[in-house]
Amino acid sequence: MEVLVFLVPLALTLGLMGLIGFLWSLKNGQYNDLDGAGWRAIADDEPTSGSASLGVRLEGHL
Amino acid sequence: MQATRDFSHYVRHLGSGLSHIDLAVEGVNCAGCMSKIERGLSALPDVTLARVNLTDRRVALEWKEGTLDPARFIDRLAELGYKAYPFEPVHAEAVETEQASFLLRCLGVAAFAAMNIMMLSIPVWSGNVSDMIPEQRDFFHWLSALIALPAAAYSGQPFFRSAWAALRARRTNMDVPISIGIVLALAMSVMETIHHAEHAYFDAALMLLAFLLAGRYLDQSMRRKTRAVAGNLAALKAETATKFVGADEISVVPIAAVRAGDVVLLRPGERSAVDGSVIEGRSKIDQSLITGETLPVKAEPGTAVYAGTLNLSSALRVQVSAASEGTLLAEISRLLDNAVQARSRYVQLADRASRLYAPVVHTAALLTMLGWVAFGSTWHDAIVTAISVLIITCPCALGLAIPAVQTVVSGAMFRTGVLLNSGDAIERLAEVERVVFDKTGTLTLPELDVTNAADIPQAVFELAGRLALASHHPVAAAVARAAGARTPLPGIEELTGQGVRGFINGQEVRLGRPSFCGADELANEILCRDPEASVVAFRHGETRHVFAVRQRLRPDAAGAIATLLKAGIHVEIVSGDREPAVRHAAQSLGVHQWRAGVTPADKIARIDELKRQGVKVLMVGDGMNDAPALAAAHVSMSPVSATHLSQATADLVFLGDRLAPVVAAIGFSRKALRLMRENLWLAVVYNLIAVPLAIAGLATPLVAAAAMSGSSVLVILNSLRAHRGAREFG
Repeated sequence: MEVLVFLVPLALTLGLMGLIGFLWSLKNGQYNDLDGAGWRAIADDEPTSGSASLGVRLEGHL
Repeated sequence: MQATRDFSHYVRHLGSGLSHIDLAVEGVNCAGCMSKIERGLSALPDVTLARVNLTDRRVALEWKEGTLDPARFIDRLAELGYKAYPFEPVHAEAVETEQASFLLRCLGVAAFAAMNIMMLSIPVWSGNVSDMIPEQRDFFHWLSALIALPAAAYSGQPFFRSAWAALRARRTNMDVPISIGIVLALAMSVMETIHHAEHAYFDAALMLLAFLLAGRYLDQSMRRKTRAVAGNLAALKAETATKFVGADEISVVPIAAVRAGDVVLLRPGERSAVDGSVIEGRSKIDQSLITGETLPVKAEPGTAVYAGTLNLSSALRVQVSAASEGTLLAEISRLLDNAVQARSRYVQLADRASRLYAPVVHTAALLTMLGWVAFGSTWHDAIVTAISVLIITCPCALGLAIPAVQTVVSGAMFRTGVLLNSGDAIERLAEVERVVFDKTGTLTLPELDVTNAADIPQAVFELAGRLALASHHPVAAAVARAAGARTPLPGIEELTGQGVRGFINGQEVRLGRPSFCGADELANEILCRDPEASVVAFRHGETRHVFAVRQRLRPDAAGAIATLLKAGIHVEIVSGDREPAVRHAAQSLGVHQWRAGVTPADKIARIDELKRQGVKVLMVGDGMNDAPALAAAHVSMSPVSATHLSQATADLVFLGDRLAPVVAAIGFSRKALRLMRENLWLAVVYNLIAVPLAIAGLATPLVAAAAMSGSSVLVILNSLRAHRGAREFG
C-alpha cells in the first residue's frame, strides 16, 4: 500500500493542474465568445489567395 | 452646412499610444460575417486589433492613437453591409459580467474539489465494507479536508455573503440554510476525522456547492446575454444630436456628450433628443410623445422643446437646458422617482419558501438531537445525527428549483423576442390579472403608415415615394417608406410649409399640402371618412392622388387582445391621445374600457386605483409619459422602439412589430411559476423521504450524496419543460 504515498499526490496534482488550466483560460477571456470560438477553429488565419477562396466558399454555405 | 460625426466620446485611450472602441454590429450571425468584418477592418492602415465577439454581436477595435477617425470604421462596416454603432458599456452590464466570471471561477473550484474528494470518498465507502485499515481511512479523510476547506471557503462566497447580508438586515433567504448546512457539515466532518470516525461529509458539502453554483451561473449568464442584446439595441438606435461646435460649424455627437448650455440644430423631420428652448427659427412641432396632443404646436424663440418632440416644418436652433429646470421631463422624473420608491419590494418565491423551510428544518434537527439524547444516546452521537439531518435537507433541490426554471424560461422568452430586464419579473408577470395598454406606439406601430395604398396605382405610388424622399416632413417620410422608395428624384426643390416639387420628362410633379397640389376635394373626401388621418397630396401633370397617412395598429393587435380576454385577463387602454382616436382603436380591438387624454400623473393615479382594489396590473407602454406608470405597475413591458427612459424602467422589453411576444411572455411566465411550485413540491417530497432516514441515523455520506444528486437531477429535468409556454396562450 506504499504506492498510495505516490499515487494520491499524483492524482491531486493532475486535478490541480486541470483547475489551474481552467482558471487560466477564464482569465484569458476564452469564455467571452463561445459562439465565435467554435467558428474560428475552422476559419483560416491569414488571408492568402488560396484561403480567401475557401472563405468565400464557406460563406456561401452558411 | 455639412455635419461631421464626432465619436470621440466613445473612444478609450489605453495608454501606450493605442485607442480602443467597441461597436455594436447588426446582422453578424455566422463565421463568414466574422472573418469578413475582421479582414475588412484589419485592412485599414494602423488598425492593431479588430476582433468580433459573435456571442455579443460586437467588434472591439484598437488603433494607433490619432491616426484614424472612428467614423471611418462605421463607414467601412457599412460598405461591407453591416450597420454598426459605437457601444458604451452600461454600468449594470459591467457588474453582471464581473459577477458571471466570479460565479464561473467559484464553480470551477467547487467542481474540481467535489470531483477529487469523490475520488477519495469512493475508496473509503467501498473500504468500509471490505478491508480498509482505519489509518488509510483517516489519511483519505485528512486529504479530503485539505481540499474541501479552502475550496468551500472560496467557492461558498456567493452564498455566505448573501446570507450574511440577509441576516444583518434581520431577514432570511435561501442562502441562510444553505450556508448553515455547509458550515456545519464541514465542521462536523473535521471533528469526526480528528476522532478517527467512520463517516465524513466533505463530498456532500462540496457537491452541494457545485450543483447550486451551476444553477446560479446558468441563470446569471442567461440574464447577461439578454442584457447584452438590449445594450446593442440601445446603441444601434444611435441617439445623436447635431451640435454647434462653432458659429456655423456643426457636428453629430452622441447624446451623452451634449451638455446643458450647448446649442443644437433640430432639422425638420427630426426628433429632439434633448430638453431646451428655441433660440432661433420658427416651425411647427409635434409634442404628441410627451403630452399626447397630436395636433402640431407653433414653435418660436422662447418655446420649450422636450426630448421626443418632433420638428415638422423648418430648422430650429435649440439651447439645451438641464433636466432640473422645471421642464416636463423634470416633472416626469419626479413622478418616476416617487413611483419607484413606492413600489413595494416584491418577495420572491424562493425567499417565501425559505421562510417556511428554514424554521421547520432547524426545528426538526433540534428535535432529533433532543430525541436521541432522551433515548439514551450520547451527546456526540445525537449531535452527529442532528447535523446529518441538516446536511441531507440542505436545500440542494430547493436552491435549484427556481434558477433552473428561470434559465430555461428566459431562454425561451429570448427566442420569442422578449428580453428580461429584472430577475423577478417572471414571477410577477405570471400573476397578472389586467393589462393596461398605452395606445400610441404600443398598440399602434411606432411609425406612420399609408392606409389607402390599395386605391393608388402602383406606378404613381412609386413615383410619389421617390419624390417624398426629398422632403423631411414625417408624413412624406411615411409615404416614401410605404412605397419602398430608395432612389430620390434629381432636381427637387422644397417649399417650406407647402411641399416638394420637380420635373419629370418636362411634366411637373408635386407632393405636399392638398392646396399646393390642387387636390382639396379629394383630401376632404378622405378626411370626412377618417378625421384622424393626415393627408398628403400628389400631382403629376393632371393626375392627382391623395394619400391618407395615420398610425396603424400592430398587425396582430386584435388577435393578441382576443387571446388575453379569452384567458380571463382584463384589458384596458389608457392613452394621452385625443378621444376620437382612442375610441376608434378601442372599438376596432374589442376593448370596452378605455380612457383618453390622460396625463402622466393621471396614468399613475389609475394604476394606483387598480392597485388599491388588489388588481395585479401589467402596464405596457412606450412613451416618456408612460415611464412613471411603468414603474408604478406590478410589472411592466415596453416595445423596443420605446424611449430610453421607458425602456430602462420596464421589467421586460419586446422586439418586433407584433404584440404576440406580450401574450407569449405571460404564457411562459405562468408555466414557469407552475414549474417553480412543482419543483418546490418535489423538494418537499424528497425531504419527506430523506429526513426520516436521517433522523433514524441511517444517512451515511453515500446516502446523502446519492439523494442530493438524484433530487437535483429530477428538479433540473422538470425545469426543462419550461421551454414551452402555457397552453391557453398558444
